Amino acid sequence: MSDEKHATAQKPYAKLLRQYGGILVSLIVLCIIFSVMNPRFMTVANLMNVLQQIAVIAIAAFGMTWVILLGEIDLSIGSIIAVAGMAAAQAFLAGFGFMPTLILTLLAGAAMGGANGVLTAKLGLPSFIVTVATMGIFRGLVSLPTNGAPAMIEDPTWIAIGAESFVGLPIIIWIVVVLFVFNHVLLSKTTFGRRAYLTGGNREAAIYSGIKVDRVKITIFMISGIMAAISGILLSSRLYSAQTNAGTSYELDAIAAAVLGGTSLAGGVGTMIGTIIGALIIGIMNNGMNMLSVPYFYQLIVKGLVILLAVWLDVRSKRAKQ
Amino acid sequence: MSAATSDVILKINNVSKLFGPVSALKNMHLTVRAGRVHTLLGENGAGKSTLMKILAGVYHATAGDVEFCGAPYKPENPQDAAARGLTIVFQELSLCNNMTVAENILATREPSVYGFINDQALERRAAEIVRDLGLPIDVTEKVGNLSMAQRQLVEIAKGLSIDAPRLVILDEPTSSLTEAETDILFSIIDRLKAKGVAIIYISHRMEEIMRLSDDITVIRDGEYIATRQREDVTIDELIAMMVGRQMNEIYPPRLSPAPPESDAPILSVEGFSRDGEFENVSFDVRKGEILGFFGLIGSGRSEMMNALFGMKAATGIVRIDSEPATIASPVDAIGRRIAFVTENRKEEGLVLAHSVEWNISMAALGRFAAALGFMRRRDERTAAVDEVGRLTIKTASVDTPVGSLSGGNQQKTVLAKWLLTQPRILILDEPTRGVDVGAKFEIYKIIRQLAAEGTAILLVSSELPEVLGMSDRLVVMHEGRLSATLPGGATPETVMAHATGITS
Repeated sequence: MSDEKHATAQKPYAKLLRQYGGILVSLIVLCIIFSVMNPRFMTVANLMNVLQQIAVIAIAAFGMTWVILLGEIDLSIGSIIAVAGMAAAQAFLAGFGFMPTLILTLLAGAAMGGANGVLTAKLGLPSFIVTVATMGIFRGLVSLPTNGAPAMIEDPTWIAIGAESFVGLPIIIWIVVVLFVFNHVLLSKTTFGRRAYLTGGNREAAIYSGIKVDRVKITIFMISGIMAAISGILLSSRLYSAQTNAGTSYELDAIAAAVLGGTSLAGGVGTMIGTIIGALIIGIMNNGMNMLSVPYFYQLIVKGLVILLAVWLDVRSKRAKQ
Repeated sequence: MSAATSDVILKINNVSKLFGPVSALKNMHLTVRAGRVHTLLGENGAGKSTLMKILAGVYHATAGDVEFCGAPYKPENPQDAAARGLTIVFQELSLCNNMTVAENILATREPSVYGFINDQALERRAAEIVRDLGLPIDVTEKVGNLSMAQRQLVEIAKGLSIDAPRLVILDEPTSSLTEAETDILFSIIDRLKAKGVAIIYISHRMEEIMRLSDDITVIRDGEYIATRQREDVTIDELIAMMVGRQMNEIYPPRLSPAPPESDAPILSVEGFSRDGEFENVSFDVRKGEILGFFGLIGSGRSEMMNALFGMKAATGIVRIDSEPATIASPVDAIGRRIAFVTENRKEEGLVLAHSVEWNISMAALGRFAAALGFMRRRDERTAAVDEVGRLTIKTASVDTPVGSLSGGNQQKTVLAKWLLTQPRILILDEPTRGVDVGAKFEIYKIIRQLAAEGTAILLVSSELPEVLGMSDRLVVMHEGRLSATLPGGATPETVMAHATGITS
């Protein structure tokens, strides 16, 4: 397992480089390849574009990092993204203002995540099964209000989230930065974050040490639900509407980002820094291949291979250390 | 001697087994004859299981040779051993609970055509085996639906289902059997003997051994001690041979006198029971006292300590400082300043991938919480460094993953974790298991130090010298019940007699 993930660093930069060196190199290599093949890739405008494109995945991946860190999985976040958009659209239709709608949407995300958490923790069901089931249930719920049709969103503030800038940066990027800092601090600086690491690392030992592991688990699934709801808000804002198929298969990109970033599927190991780098790799691959007009099906193949390669290199380097 | 040399089925000569530098068996001898039950007797860890695993082909001997049915014998694996006519019934169950009795008995030897299993033939064959053995078990039943005792019988049937067994090894086969099933087992053994099969029998139950055995071999600390015929030996002699070592100087002396009996107990437990695990256990412990708990495997000691720590529900009255206390979870227990160094440090004590520091602080995170749940990382580090120094944990730094430390240093890390909670009552379950001699001594010194500082200590161990060497008083358990509370100066023979249930 990883050696340096949890150390208080003497030289933080050296430590950071040692821990994330592998994926940082991958990221830089990708950037060089795409810049050589297309001079428009390395422009401020395009990089801003990449950052906006990865926002939805990155935020969902923050939530996913918590869940995977715990040794669990949440496959329902793609559906939660869609439910959040539809909940917002319906709230606006019902005459709610911006703030009430925002709060309602976040609560909906928390409730759906909470349901996953309670089913997993209290009924003792595997989270894989629970979230496969709720993935279907939530996806079905999206279509209830409109019989499967999309719903328009016209609230100007809501639309502004995805369209406007603040102090020179798109609001969407600010949101990613704020949520990154929030999740990073919560995970690495608080007792709650530590309990999450310990529970994921060895649930039995955590119980014996007086950690209320069920509470940790339910809270974490709620965080995952809320992060997915925020992704859903951004997506619906950019699309001016709630689509019933929004967010489909986003859970896979979120898992890929977290795992590329070094989060261990066995639990107990992972960081938000790793996850944001993982999300950047996925975003840059998407953007770069689009700019090179690589057909979509080739993109899928390349993405899959890159993920396999990255994870294999990671596993190999960890084995070598042992 | 009634048996002629030609009757010899198995002859073990000078067999030794090293695990790295650790010697598990030294120059072992054993001669087993056809149609006789040969009992192997020794304390937990004396080397019985290692010897059996060598015979079964699980381990390979480092030195020495084995003759089986007159030919040299070096099985590569258990299948190889079975093909030669040697079968072993292990103490730990190796059955698949969601498969039927028939599928389990004939596992890996299912009657099949081109890889397709013939279910009818399978059931017929299994039913024959079960009927021949006289077992009251339906072979179409799922193993998961059977009682523990019935499962043990299925395990035995599985072991005996090989063609033409010459030697059958039974490793504590009665540990989960009731009397009725024990009788069935004994009649099976009688029939095997009549057919000329040799049997190696391992058990701790002295009455059983005296009833069943023809020959008895005692081993101790991996070494051969003696072989006797049943008629020529008494239980007391056997126990003396089994525990026979001298108390040596490995137990540090008390740092302060034991607390007087007039002191009020800090913890008292009355009529503590949990179905099928332990029954009506009562004891109390005073500040600064080391109360030892001895019992053989399956005596219910660890289960009881888990219940005391709130991991399992149990009935009975627990008082702390003479006030009734409800301990429904480890959170309650830690709140009452009870700490529990469990038997399995890797499963229940440590997060192996995490650093020494994180492991030390894990049960006392509340101590390092500032406003908004932020961790006071500097205080955490100071505390971890202090504990590493105090317990002399050998580690490159507190950032080293605890999984890379030696067993003794891992165990000290678990101790450090619990000491950080400042316990008033410390439960130690097999605190020196898998720990080298040097670290053992250091752990004993720490225990002495804690007692001197006023911590009440419950020391559970299946190593008799350890509990005798360390305890002020000693609770002996046998099959879930308290069989005696003895003073610290009790003799090993007395303790062993209570632990094996031969005094009532």
